[in-house]
This record gives sequence, C-alpha cells and structure tokens, in this order.
Amino acid sequence: MADVEVAERSPLTTEDQPHKPASRTPERALQLLFLVPAVAYLLLFFGYPVVKNILMGFQHYTTSTFYTGEAPWVGLANYSAVIGSAVFSKALVNTALFTIGSIAGQFVIGLALAVFFRRKFPLSGVLRSLLLLPWLIPLIVSGTVWRWILDQDNGALNRFLGAAHLADRPGWLTSTSLALIAVIIVNIWIGIPFNATILYGGLQDIPEELYEAAEMDGATGWRAFRHVTWPLLRPVVGVVLVLGVVYTIKVLDIILGLTGGGPANATQTIATQSYHLSFQQYDFGQGAALGNILIIISLVFAVLYLRANRKAVDE
Amino acid sequence: MPTRKTVLTVTLTLLAPLALGACGGGSSGSKDGDASTLRVLDYYNNEPDKTVYQKTLEACGQANGVTIQREAVPGANLIAKVLQQSSSRTLPDVLMLDNPDLQQIAASGALAPISDFGLSADGYIKGVVDASTYNGKVYGLQPITNSIGLFYNKDLLAKAGVKPPATWDELKTAAKALTKGDQYGLAFSAPANYEGTWQFLPFMWSNGGDEKNIATPQTAAALQLWVDLVRDGSASKSVLNWTQADVNDQFKAGKAAMMINGPWQFPVLNADTALHYDVVPTPVPTAGATGIAPLGGETWTIPQTGNKDRQAKAAKIVACLNSDDNQLALGKERQTVPTKTALLDKFVADNPSMKAFATIVQTARSRTGELGADWPKAATKIYTGVQTALTGGAPPAKALEQAQNG
Repeated sequence: MADVEVAERSPLTTEDQPHKPASRTPERALQLLFLVPAVAYLLLFFGYPVVKNILMGFQHYTTSTFYTGEAPWVGLANYSAVIGSAVFSKALVNTALFTIGSIAGQFVIGLALAVFFRRKFPLSGVLRSLLLLPWLIPLIVSGTVWRWILDQDNGALNRFLGAAHLADRPGWLTSTSLALIAVIIVNIWIGIPFNATILYGGLQDIPEELYEAAEMDGATGWRAFRHVTWPLLRPVVGVVLVLGVVYTIKVLDIILGLTGGGPANATQTIATQSYHLSFQQYDFGQGAALGNILIIISLVFAVLYLRANRKAVDE
Repeated sequence: MPTRKTVLTVTLTLLAPLALGACGGGSSGSKDGDASTLRVLDYYNNEPDKTVYQKTLEACGQANGVTIQREAVPGANLIAKVLQQSSSRTLPDVLMLDNPDLQQIAASGALAPISDFGLSADGYIKGVVDASTYNGKVYGLQPITNSIGLFYNKDLLAKAGVKPPATWDELKTAAKALTKGDQYGLAFSAPANYEGTWQFLPFMWSNGGDEKNIATPQTAAALQLWVDLVRDGSASKSVLNWTQADVNDQFKAGKAAMMINGPWQFPVLNADTALHYDVVPTPVPTAGATGIAPLGGETWTIPQTGNKDRQAKAAKIVACLNSDDNQLALGKERQTVPTKTALLDKFVADNPSMKAFATIVQTARSRTGELGADWPKAATKIYTGVQTALTGGAPPAKALEQAQNG
C-alpha cells in the first residue's frame, strides 16, 4: 500500500521543478541537449524501421529494390494479397490461439510457482534459480531439443507414453490437430520463468503483516490469496500479461524450430507467415504489410493496457 | 549566439557515429583500388568444404596474379548479405549463389552476363545452364552439381530378398516388404519448407507434373504415391517434420531400409563402416520412363562492381574454378558431379560411387528454369499441397488445387 501512495505522489514533486525561475536560455539548451541521445536513438532504431516498414507495406519491394532502389507504389495491393490469401484467416486464428494458450498456461503455472516459492524451505533458493534454466537456453536450442523430444517414432515423450500405456505414438508435430498444442506447450515451458520471476518479485512487496491480519480475521489459504495476494498483485499482473502478449504474439524462432509453420499451415501464425513472405519468397512488400497488421494488433493491446492501468490508478 | 552553435556542433557530433553506423561498413567499396586483390563471398563455412574452396580459390588467384580475400558466411545469411551489399554498392568481385537464387539476383541487375568477359556455358549440362540463365543471358558458371536419388541398405534388402526398385509399383512393394518392427521401408523428407518441395520434385517431374500449375492429374498421381506410402505405414508420418539430415540419421541407424537423399550424405554414411549401401535413380512411374530430378549446387557470378579491371580478373577466377581439372577435383572432394558433360565418363571411371548421380544429373532439371524469380511462390504451393495431402486434410487432387489457388 505504501508503495502505491509514493508512486502517486512522486509525479507531482517532479512537476514542480520546471516552474522554478531557472529557464535561462543556455541552461534550457543544455537540458535539451541531454535529450538528444535518447531522441536520436529512438528516431534511428524505432522511428526509422517503423516508418520504413509502413511505407514498404505499400510498395512492390523485392530483391531488385535493393540494387535499383526502385520500389513502385502499389497502394493497398499488398494488403489485399495477404488478407485475401487462404493462409491469412488460418494464421490469424492460430496467432490468437497461440497467444491466449501460451499466456494462460505461463501465467497460471508461473503464479502458482511464485506463490509456492514464497514459503521458505530448504534449497528453495537453488530450486528457484534452476527454474530460470529454460529462459537462459537459446530459443533455437530449445526448439531443436523439443523437436527431438516430440518426435513421433523415437521421441522421449512418446517412448514414455508408450511405456506407460497412455497413448500410442501421437504425432505431436505431424498431426494438424496436435501440432499447435505441442508448440503452445513448448512456449509455455519457455515462458514460465519470466512469469514466475516477475510475479515472485511482486509478491515480495506484499507486507507480511497483511497476511497476519487476514489470518486473525480467519482468512488463510485460498481466501488469503483471493483477498490479500491477488488485489495487491494486480499492478504486477497487468505488466506481466501485457509484456507476455507482446512477446508471444511475435514468437518466431520456436515455431520455426519446431514445425516451420507446418504441417499444412497448422502452426502458421502472422509472424511466421510474415517472415516467410519476406525472407523465403523475397516479397518484402507483402511481408511488411503482414508485419504492419501485427503491429496494429499489438497496439490494440497496448491501448487496452493503458486504459486498464489508468482505471486502476483512478481507483 | 555561441551557445546555440555549440549545441548544434555537439548534437551533430553525437549523431555522426549513429549515422555512419546506419550505413554499415560502406567504406570498403570496391569501386576504387587496383585489381590485385579480389573479394570473394560464398557460404562454404563448414569443413571440409571451407578448406577445399579456400585451397582452390587461392590456387586460382595465384595463377591469375591476384590475392583472394575470401568471406564465407552461413548459408542462411548469404542472401541477406548480398541484398545489403547490393544497396550499399559493396558487392564482392566474385559471388557464389545457390543456383535457385541466381535469377532473383540477376533480375535486379546486380550481376554481369558472363559473355561480357568472353565466357560461355557451352558443353555444360542443360539444366545447370538453365539455372544460371536469366532473360536469355548466362550470369554464372557452376562447376559441380548434385541431385537426389534412392539410397538403399544392401544388407536389409538382401535379407528381405528385395531388389532395388526402379518403378513406383516396385517401390511400393519393396517398401512394404521392408517394413517390420520399428524399421520403415522408406524415408523421405516432406517438411513445410523448400526442402520438402525439392524432395517431391523427382516424383512430380518424372510423372509429367509441372510447377506452372500443380493442380494436374500428373502431379496428383505423384502425390498419391507419397500418401499411399505413408498411409500403409511403409514410411513414417514423421516425414512431415524430417529434414534431409533427419532422414539420413534414420537410414544410418537402420530404421529405414531406403531413403531419398543426396550425395552430400556420403561422408556421414561412410563414417559407419558396418553400413553397406548403394544408390539408384529415384524410381520412375513406369518401366522405361525418364526420371527427372532437381539440380542442386552453387553457381559463381561476377557482380557489377563498376570496375572493369577487377571484373575481368574476377571472370578469370570464375573460369578457373570451372576448369576441367577443378571440376573433376571439386567433384571428387565434395561428392558432387562435374557439370561439363564431356567430363562425366572419366569422372565416373575414377569415382565409381558417383555413378548413379552422374546418370541422374544428365536428365535433371533446374528449379528456376521455367519460372525464374516466381519459383519461390510455386515452391511454397508445392509443399503446402504435399503437406495437406499427407496430413489427410484433403485427397491429393483437392489438396493441390487448394494450394494452387493460394
């Protein structure tokens, strides 16, 4: 609680400063100068690529463009081509399922682990750092290893399922109905450390006294979680979910490493299709158009997040 | 206003490195400078190819009085690198390209026709020349080529009393007879990328299928063969996610009695002395039909660097890489086939293990010969159709029709 109050007050104190009479020209110029590196960085590494990508979406931009510099304007042709293709609706649905499935799994398991590690027990520190492992492994390595684990004939998972008489060699990466689920499971595995770490950090900020007070009122276990942990964790939850959506919606390496978007486009998302159009088919205009659609989808989430956040602050 | 000036100066100073950084090493252009050092770019960054080409390029440089400054990048990064260099006008003097990419790059105008330097591709295998030709002009010379054929495990076939199949019917029967326990009769690669397309082409082309329109009965019949092989269990369903290297692992481990693969797997397979195998051309639809396989390999080009002297020297290097001796040597060292038809008899006599592939490449076709820069779109349609049918999403004819209509 104390943290929230400080956070609300601090903007006011910083706002006071500009009203001080120190706005003499040299000092003002010096202040602006300190902004230059940040502004230059933003313009070069965020502004330029975004603007370029938006423009490319309206151009016939191919391998030739790189040499000749000619990229004729084609209006909305790239957009109508990518939206009109049979893959688009499939990729859109897959992107939604992949994002929702991954986030739900990562968040629930991450939160459960965070709450679990809130208790101190022997080796809890060691276990907590081991939990970070999936996060530390390069994604392309994770993808390759999981591809072996999930192999239909010789994969470790199917060997285990077969030995336990649970299932007869399901085609995790080769069946159109299972591939997306398999890819989501792997992505959940990768995302758990991120969720658990941030949520664990959030839990540390909840004062122990509140639990003691709740306990006096008879709220323990689930009720303590419901009435103490959850409400106080909500700002952190918001951050975790929005970052999660932004990270997940653009996931490329894991899908490319596991299935390459197959079988028969069963795991094709907007991100993989955009990559495919740009870097396999060399149609950079169409790839950019699809990329821009992805940016717009992400923007929708950003706006939702900002609005939700404002509401939370107003409360 | 000294302060404003200072601010401006400092601002510009701060921005300068960023602006320069954005241009990305644009200073090392090859427009200026003499023709005593040539820059070479290729993707042979793994052994043994790395050393083989280093040696050959250096020898060619020496013979022509130039120093070779070579850069080898990973295969997946080559095109991105070439495109960067195209826009910053820093293309190397000698550029290697995977043969299906040549027309893309030639179409941009970044390459010089080899006839400008008095070179020609006369006497080369037709498919190889097609791949290096754009709008009627030849833009590259390819010293060696490869393709894919049917590898078979001699011991497993002998034990089952099966002869290496030559036709589709024989292939189906043989694969079925060789499937028992956790051993599959046949392994091939049909993933959702161009590797899947590449492996399907011998079946599609040998049956009269064509990439211009894949919604034809000929292509559907070829796809039906693959569907049948997977459906009756002669090939694993995992083919949908196997790379050619995975297929090779299966074959090497004895989990597949036959496989579709290429000669670049020889070194891996030969490392296992207990494995006895041989290669025959990919089975054809009916006895006596001509098999048509896709051509692989890389072609060497001379980019438009704007310096005639250096280009002339570069042409000498390309010609040297393609000399009879170097074609034979590279073919031997890299388990590939020379591209000059006149050399083939001698090559096979010296390298009997390459006999099947020397036969295959003579009737093989280039992937981009017909569609040129439109090939990637067609290749995507082919593997999409193949995957749809193999997963049971639609029968072959329907799957190919859907894929063709995008």
